[in-house]
Amino acid sequence: MIRVVLPPHLRTLAGVSGEVELEVEGAVTQRSLLGALEGRYPMLRGTIRDHATGRRRPFVRFFACQQDLSHEAPDAPLPEAVARGSEPFVVLGALAGG
Amino acid sequence: MSGIRVLVGTRKGAFTLTADGRRRSWRVEGPHFAGWEIFHLKGSPARPDRIYASQSTGWFGQLIQRSDDGGRSWEPVGNEFRYAGVPGTHQWYDGTPHPWEFARVWHLEPSLHDPDTVYAGVEDAALFRSSDGGKTWQELSGLREHGSGPSWQPGAGGMCLHTILLDPADPRRIFTAISSAGAFRSDDAGETWRPINRGLVSPQIPDPTAEVGHCVHRIAMHPSRPNVLFMQKHWDVMRSDDAGESWREVSGGLPSDFGFPIEVHAHEPDTIYVVPIKSDSEHYPPDGRLRVYRSRSGGNEWEPLAKGLPQEHCYVNVLRDAMAVDALDPCGVYFGTTGGQVYASCDAGDRWDAIVRDLPPVLSVEVQTLP
Repeated sequence: MIRVVLPPHLRTLAGVSGEVELEVEGAVTQRSLLGALEGRYPMLRGTIRDHATGRRRPFVRFFACQQDLSHEAPDAPLPEAVARGSEPFVVLGALAGG
Repeated sequence: MSGIRVLVGTRKGAFTLTADGRRRSWRVEGPHFAGWEIFHLKGSPARPDRIYASQSTGWFGQLIQRSDDGGRSWEPVGNEFRYAGVPGTHQWYDGTPHPWEFARVWHLEPSLHDPDTVYAGVEDAALFRSSDGGKTWQELSGLREHGSGPSWQPGAGGMCLHTILLDPADPRRIFTAISSAGAFRSDDAGETWRPINRGLVSPQIPDPTAEVGHCVHRIAMHPSRPNVLFMQKHWDVMRSDDAGESWREVSGGLPSDFGFPIEVHAHEPDTIYVVPIKSDSEHYPPDGRLRVYRSRSGGNEWEPLAKGLPQEHCYVNVLRDAMAVDALDPCGVYFGTTGGQVYASCDAGDRWDAIVRDLPPVLSVEVQTLP
């Protein structure tokens, strides 16, 4: 089971509290994980990655295992610890504003 | 007894202010969507408990929320605004071509007759329509593609389509306005468009009387007289008596003819309201005194309305979508400020009271008069 931590605004939007747990088919990548997340919570479509291009929104970041994975290729495998579910995949809003 | 529901969009959420027809005691509810920018909310004239809201942040983009119970509960609907075809470019601030990029929805205009049909004015400027209650959106691309689009430039706030007026006498006629391109009209339900800017004069652009390029801030009409339009431009208050074919200035003796909102009295089609702001570089009231100006003659003769409004040290602004009227008699007039106050007048502007004083900066105010 993949664990995902959403930022507070998106937890509210999705109507969840705490971590989200997902089943991901096949290789665990940003693309497959986000596809599973949006499949479960369709209201999140367009909030993490752009509808048209599929690219991460500029002020969204992806962290896991103390690494910033934001700039990794969407089809690159995520860390094994994320795929195993021992570490969460963290979606967060970038530090911006005052 | 009838009731009033004021829908307030702010930088950090939406609020509803409700009162009975006496408009004396107000109930303030919110924030809804706390922490998100709510550019605009508007109820369906055909089903008032159907309300649409534009919700966005720089982090997570655009959402559209819909309520079917007058704002007590909400559900996110469709948020995919995809320009038709290959959208090409408009001009950027420095005059270079810039690709059309969706940023946010500035204004939602529900159909006068069908609660499931709603129009959205977006940045970068385009008009979208949904016919399924906001689930899916289709661009009315004839506006962006009518010919002048590549020459449009953003105003300081972005290249936004901020005004959508539906003609109650002719369901095929729609007016829109874009900063800073100007005003446009469709006579075929949004399929084809043409600029309607003759008479506008903007010394800030290379050709002050150009067909497009004018920074129109807001247009208003009275539903009983849809061929008469009132415009607050970047500078100048303007009037058209021929559905935008020509415009003439009616700024008259205003202390400043710069401002953002303009509104029409619910029962007197020649009574109009503006909120003069000192200048394009000083977005606050002249002399630090917040005054609404009213003309009872369709322009040129203006009277200040200051009773109940701060008359010293006031440096707020009133944004283009932040003024509205109710349909009671006497007409109620409402506006919100960037300082978080929402003011109401129950006597057509003679006297004002703050319904609430410390909201986040107010982006929009709409009013529903309920049975």
